[in-house]
Amino acid sequence: MTTAPVGHGTMLRKEDARFIRGRGTYVDDVTLPGMLYGAMLRSPYAHARIASIDISAARAHPKVRAVLTGDTLAGLNLAWMPTLSGDVQAVLATDKVRFQGQEVAFVVAEDRYAARDALELIDVDYEPLPAVIDARQALAEDAPVIRDDLEGRTDNHIFDWETGDKAAADEVFATAEVVSKQDMLYPRVHPAPLETCGAVAHLDKVTGKLTVWTTTQAPHAHRTLYAIVAGLPEHKIRIISPDIGGGFGNKVGIYPGYVCAVVGSIVTGKPVKWMEDRSENLMSTSFARDYHMHGEIASTRDGKILGLRVQVLADHGAFNGTAQPTKFPAGFFGVFTGSYDLTAAHCSVTGVYTNKAPGGVAYACSFRITEAVYLVERLVDVLAFDLGMDPAELRRKNLLRPEQFPYPSRTGWEYDSGDYPRALETALDLAGYAGLRAEQREKRERGELMGIGISFFTEAVGAGPRKHMDILGLGMADGAELRVHPTGKAVLRLSCQSQGQGHETTFAQLVAEQLGIPPDDVDVVHGDTDQTPFGLGTYGSRSTPVSGAVTVMVARKVRERARIVASAMLEVSPDDLEWEKGRWFVRGDQASGRTIQEIALAAHSDLELPEDVEGHLDATCVYNPPNLTYPFGAYVCVVDVDAGTGQVKVRRFVAVDDCGVRINPMIVEGQIHGGLADGIGMALMQVMAFDEDGNHLGGSFMDYLLPTAKECPSWELGETVTPSPHHPIGAKGIGESATVGSPPAVVNAVIDALRPYGVRHADMPLTPAAVWSAVQGRPLRTDLAIT
Amino acid sequence: MIMEITVEVNGSSYTRSVEPRLLLVHFLRDELGLTGTHWGCDTSNCGTCVVWLDDVPVKSCTVLAVMADGHSVRTVEGLEGADGLDPVQQGFMACHGLQCGFCTPGMLMTARWLIDHNPAPSEADIREAISGQLCRCTGYENIVRSVRWAAEHEAGLRERTVEDAGTEVQA
Repeated sequence: MTTAPVGHGTMLRKEDARFIRGRGTYVDDVTLPGMLYGAMLRSPYAHARIASIDISAARAHPKVRAVLTGDTLAGLNLAWMPTLSGDVQAVLATDKVRFQGQEVAFVVAEDRYAARDALELIDVDYEPLPAVIDARQALAEDAPVIRDDLEGRTDNHIFDWETGDKAAADEVFATAEVVSKQDMLYPRVHPAPLETCGAVAHLDKVTGKLTVWTTTQAPHAHRTLYAIVAGLPEHKIRIISPDIGGGFGNKVGIYPGYVCAVVGSIVTGKPVKWMEDRSENLMSTSFARDYHMHGEIASTRDGKILGLRVQVLADHGAFNGTAQPTKFPAGFFGVFTGSYDLTAAHCSVTGVYTNKAPGGVAYACSFRITEAVYLVERLVDVLAFDLGMDPAELRRKNLLRPEQFPYPSRTGWEYDSGDYPRALETALDLAGYAGLRAEQREKRERGELMGIGISFFTEAVGAGPRKHMDILGLGMADGAELRVHPTGKAVLRLSCQSQGQGHETTFAQLVAEQLGIPPDDVDVVHGDTDQTPFGLGTYGSRSTPVSGAVTVMVARKVRERARIVASAMLEVSPDDLEWEKGRWFVRGDQASGRTIQEIALAAHSDLELPEDVEGHLDATCVYNPPNLTYPFGAYVCVVDVDAGTGQVKVRRFVAVDDCGVRINPMIVEGQIHGGLADGIGMALMQVMAFDEDGNHLGGSFMDYLLPTAKECPSWELGETVTPSPHHPIGAKGIGESATVGSPPAVVNAVIDALRPYGVRHADMPLTPAAVWSAVQGRPLRTDLAIT
Repeated sequence: MIMEITVEVNGSSYTRSVEPRLLLVHFLRDELGLTGTHWGCDTSNCGTCVVWLDDVPVKSCTVLAVMADGHSVRTVEGLEGADGLDPVQQGFMACHGLQCGFCTPGMLMTARWLIDHNPAPSEADIREAISGQLCRCTGYENIVRSVRWAAEHEAGLRERTVEDAGTEVQA
């Protein structure tokens, strides 16, 4: 084992000691005296009026303590709750059910099994209604109106949003030598963290304090929302997000089950645990994507890209519950011009309601950049197909050049830093691109299908500048607090939360780098609103860009305070002191220094300090990022396809990522590995289809196939380092880069393999059936089981 | 109906009265408080619940507690011995074989079984062995490296033991 660095560098994780012993504490591991168990009754219909609910038999069950329905909650003004997009969502249905799996009633019983038994005793009389399943039918004149709960609502339209310069784009397209067009679907997928969502709620009637252990990526935002939704005073709410078994965006929002657990505790006076099962997780919690995209790309005959035009139909499900900054109804899809230097671009997005679960922004998507990158990277390959050009060459010709940074994009984003050609060439070299093309030619002569897919992505992460970005009015800035004990050991308190990213290690390393003390001397406290300062949480790859920045800032504040204390100790002016990692010394006299540990002790002692210095070294800080950070990367995927069965085997995957300065390279690589596997899952396996009645056909891991070790190749990683100019240590986010960048690489590889059949595009997931159909010239609608 | 069962778990014997429908995973977690074994799906697909039942890895979400009556169970809590962490535990730490930690206990139990039966597993052997289990964080790369680390570490230990024994004989 390697020695831990004093600062940045590969260091084994502190949190592993508990996990490898089975000693983590996930929400379902929390057991309180007298705790009761909740279970949720869900709608079997996608769209139905509720004529009546009879709970008498369930209530009579000897182990049942409470049964909640929409009517019970209406009495508490809790039948509906606000969503993260300013819509409302039913906690428990009162009038209608609007998707299969919607919450209808909640049973609280003495054990898990009894709670489930009692669900069977609830008699709901449903009157089924026609359902809207295909988003393309949602705005039809005769489409049933899903949200008749909203006053004056006569259709299923949610919003229209546009960005870019339409006139300029139209002009470019009117005169372009080549225009390629392609419809494509980024199908509905679900992040499916291995730990499902759940909560343990406990209202202490004596103190009036509500404590909720819950699967949340944003404990502080949840606390504020509970205060607003339930009308409880915020200081009487404590949200604890203990160890979280993966989030990926699935654990950002507040789900009805959490609210029901809270109400269950209020009603019974006991702690109530609710953990959803896997089908509930897949059928009712935040899904991702479901973007129906029409893309057009204009270029010269020799492959200089000139413009992009895009129209999107966005399926938001039955309630508009997407989790993204308020001013961005289509998330950051506006970054769809990607990594290319072009003249003009325009896109419009229309959001609609359908009878499917709410959500849309989840699954490591950086607020819809997944969809944007997929769109542009597919379009570039479609253009290469039409021009008969090598896709690597086409990208080479159009990538932004290093001297263009900071780059103001055609849709109003300012890319902070980048050296795109270097990343692309590094990836092509690692892959041995020319050799692969030669191998492919040979194989094609033998009738074998081999494909090479390239993608180049630009991410935009670290929301966000507070003036542009908020969620329900809460600005996206993060706080941090650093306490230094008299002996020089430290406690860092963070607003963000780890779901596996290793914050207890990397954030200790950030402090270590700034103060020159070992990371093992820094404890990181997170995931408990009573113990940590306010901040918006961990999603959209924002921990390092925002909370990482505030950690560096607060550590530097401590260091400056230490300088004043050291100056008193050494009886010199602070201006005469110089810093080297771990100590202040008098300029020109190396031996004169005081270590941070000595300074910490002195700061708590009877040392006489200047009048305006309070003593101690503790500091707090809030960081409002000046811009997003823009990590980027170049990926190359190599696949073999069996023409007879349509089976795709990913043989190699080369990923070159640039996320600026890497705090802990081992952890960065782990983040990339996971995202690459996600890309294979989305591109090839994960199907969430619906039939015409709105039955969810991907409601278990039997049907919703996730990649295993056998579908994943051994990942081949490379890196370039282009620091962010505005982040205090030049770091950028990395959590979602690979999930954003890998699906188009896999799809481009499969389509490339099918070249002998003239296939230009096919929608994900490229299951054997989808590939086989594409080869037959009859592409599948993989999202619908409607024939 | 309630049944009395006796199950040996990690070397200790436990007698409990349970419903016949109680799943082994819930018996371990809720009755015995051994929360290292996790639950992640209803369909035997995810493998977070893998434990050993009489020395064979099983998915404890699809085994009834009563089926373990009179049998022995080993869970992640039973890996660490008096002489310290099991090499598979060390391997997962050394090779960053875990992130959120949720799949880890099941992966560890399978890895231990694999190395017991195949002391020098190839990459393909390792991928095959864990193919009934899901990890959403690591893309499996570092899990494979972790298992290999553990196998190599154990091989090294065996070699050293043989060498040490040889030295003793000579002395």
